[in-house]
Amino acid sequence: MKILICISNVPDTTTKIKFAGDNTEFDASGVQWIINPWDELALTRALELKEKSGGKIEKISVVSVGLKPAEPTLRKALAIGADDAFRIDCEAKDSYAVAAQIAEVAKDYDIIMCGIEASDYNGSAVGGMLSEFLNIPSISSVSGLDIEGDEILISREIDGGAEVLIAKIPLVAIVQKGIAIEPRIPSMRGIMMARKKPLNVVSPIEVEILTEFVNYELPPSKAACKMIDAENVKELVDLLHNEAKLI
Amino acid sequence: MSILVYTENWDGKFKKLSFELVSYASEIAKKMNTSAIALSIGKVEEDELQKLGNYGAEKIISVSDEKYKVLDNQTFSKIIAEVADKEDSEIIVFAHNNSGKALAPRVSVKLHAGLVSGVMALPSNFENFTVCKKAFTGKAIANVVIKSPKKVLTLSQNSFGLIESENSSTIENFSPEVSDADFTTKVKEVNKITGKVILTDAEIVVSGGRGMKSPDNWAPIEELAELLGAATACSRPVSDEEWRPHGEHVGQTGKIIAPNLYFALGISGAIQHLGGVSSSKYIVAINTDNEAPIFESADYGIVGDVHKLIPELISEIQELKKSES
Repeated sequence: MKILICISNVPDTTTKIKFAGDNTEFDASGVQWIINPWDELALTRALELKEKSGGKIEKISVVSVGLKPAEPTLRKALAIGADDAFRIDCEAKDSYAVAAQIAEVAKDYDIIMCGIEASDYNGSAVGGMLSEFLNIPSISSVSGLDIEGDEILISREIDGGAEVLIAKIPLVAIVQKGIAIEPRIPSMRGIMMARKKPLNVVSPIEVEILTEFVNYELPPSKAACKMIDAENVKELVDLLHNEAKLI
Repeated sequence: MSILVYTENWDGKFKKLSFELVSYASEIAKKMNTSAIALSIGKVEEDELQKLGNYGAEKIISVSDEKYKVLDNQTFSKIIAEVADKEDSEIIVFAHNNSGKALAPRVSVKLHAGLVSGVMALPSNFENFTVCKKAFTGKAIANVVIKSPKKVLTLSQNSFGLIESENSSTIENFSPEVSDADFTTKVKEVNKITGKVILTDAEIVVSGGRGMKSPDNWAPIEELAELLGAATACSRPVSDEEWRPHGEHVGQTGKIIAPNLYFALGISGAIQHLGGVSSSKYIVAINTDNEAPIFESADYGIVGDVHKLIPELISEIQELKKSES
């Protein structure tokens, strides 16, 4: 069995977001790049499954769509424990194009895991689109994944609880927190070994771009917080009732 | 031409969210001089379906069968795409919730339609079809153009109000050709917690942080939430310490929410936390530290002890409710 983890290369979660070119593009200068947090949890779960599979899971690969600067992020995934990596050599223009590109390398895999969204463009779309390009089942909002024999047991969050589903491979699992709790940190040995692991550069296919981020604005700055005296909780309730009209 | 809106049901009932979606689709339909069609999959009674008409759906297509009780992404997206073709739908609207995120991307590929998820308002331009959405987890707003003739949108929660309509509507039953083999997932068990408000579609969320000091101190938070019909949530350290379940963690690596009102109780407001809650319309913060960053994002703040203030808040709200009734 082979598992593929789709990785988005995103700005560190503490990045102060700036734009360039008259607010038409993200200003990447000085940005630290990381593995999208949910993708990192997916990788962590895949490694846990591989370790306890007794050799049944033969390989974990990672794939990302991006230019050369995306490579350190893939190397980090290799250092954490992935066996090999693919970088599809083009800019990640939109979810549709990214999914179409990944579909080209994803065909041979049994379980494909994607994070529920990427923390940059918040698309929540690549996993679902990829499953449709591959014409295989997808399960979203996955907070647990186990392998028992030929069956894949998936726990999916639903409104007001969770369902345990039995799925068959091949499958795209779109995962959120709960699939793993803490991402793994690469060890020194992992970092050394990652240098020797294959990082394959794949030529992109031709894909039509259907959506375009044309410009950005920063959210309107908030009015100053109205401070209320701790001895006057009633005032807060009055404000919520009369001014904000929320309760 | 038409605008199609997928309206999910919960045990045969719709929610306010469903009516907001229909209102949104109907407003787009008006601007584009066409009609809005609602699509319901699963067993829903006629009088419930009729409610979708009150918000402007001219036609309500119902695929009513017990076999659609559990969401199956492949089967549902096949049905939605089939109806979109049949009705010549130019735009297909979903909620930006669990099921919308599961289905919209598949439908987008089936129809070769550009998708924008988490849309916040009506399109700002119909010629050069433009919508806005949050990007960088609430740190920016992006304008996105969809170039394909067909378009798929998921509407961010609590971002559009209800608009009632006087127009009449018709209900049409539709039986797509779906065989048992189309269902790709089987349900082994369902663990439902009844009576709990769902965090990701709650209008009010009451959230506790490390300032709550111990998992034993959560009763007032639960009580406040129940009083307000709110969902409960927590910050990352609280779920990491296992004081609360991970499903309650809101923040950049947990759940991203956009309620109308968010109570941050004993939460200092690290940037990662704010990323998950900054789309809330109003934020109320209570914290002992008057320099806590949460006050920079809050609308109303009290510097003080949560253990003393939450019970006071509860009794004041009870007073208010009493005087209203």
